[in-house]
Amino acid sequence: MLELHNGALNVPEILARWYALEASSNYGAYIPFVGTVRAEDGIEGLSFDVYEPILTSWFDAWVAKVAPLGAVLKMAHSRGDVYLHESSYIAAVFSPKRRVALETIDAFVEDFKASAPIWKYDLKNGQRLYALDRSTAIEGAGLLGGTV
Amino acid sequence: MITVEFLGPIQKPVLSMEAATLREVAEVLKQDPSMAEWIENCAVAVNDTLVGSLDTRLKEGDKVSLLPPVCGG
Repeated sequence: MLELHNGALNVPEILARWYALEASSNYGAYIPFVGTVRAEDGIEGLSFDVYEPILTSWFDAWVAKVAPLGAVLKMAHSRGDVYLHESSYIAAVFSPKRRVALETIDAFVEDFKASAPIWKYDLKNGQRLYALDRSTAIEGAGLLGGTV
Repeated sequence: MITVEFLGPIQKPVLSMEAATLREVAEVLKQDPSMAEWIENCAVAVNDTLVGSLDTRLKEGDKVSLLPPVCGG
């Protein structure tokens, strides 16, 4: 399950809804990761662009990858502006046993940061500034310059 | 005719051009000074699938997308 929301995520609603969806599925572990916007460097918030076609195929590949382990993934992300102390990202894993869930949430969130086609901007002094210094080039980047 | 779209922070409108391979697209984009900061750090997708070779063949109606460095979460 992949959800995109305009603006901040309603974290209690999403976590409770996902919990209810799987409450009778006989999973022993439910591990959510919630990403929240922190006050730093004078920002007023963050803003996000999302490219949905490739995000969906990236997420679907992860769903297929963890299915043989008995794990189920859910993810929600914001589009547009998210202000301080609001949340823009939730990833969650359900699995029969905790070890699979713990390892899957770690690998999934790390790959999300490196590969998911989402662009972050700082909201600062009324401007929307691309956070290049905190961004990661996708594997295979540089193709057009002949550097890969 | 193929189209080239620039995702996220690259502030450029969609481009239409004749190109039989990704290499031909790269040659055109390298001539554009506004692309200098993006050529070396973008990944490339054709019809929403990431590709890894400049020899990737293109056909009428294909969509090439440039994906700059990402930071979700």
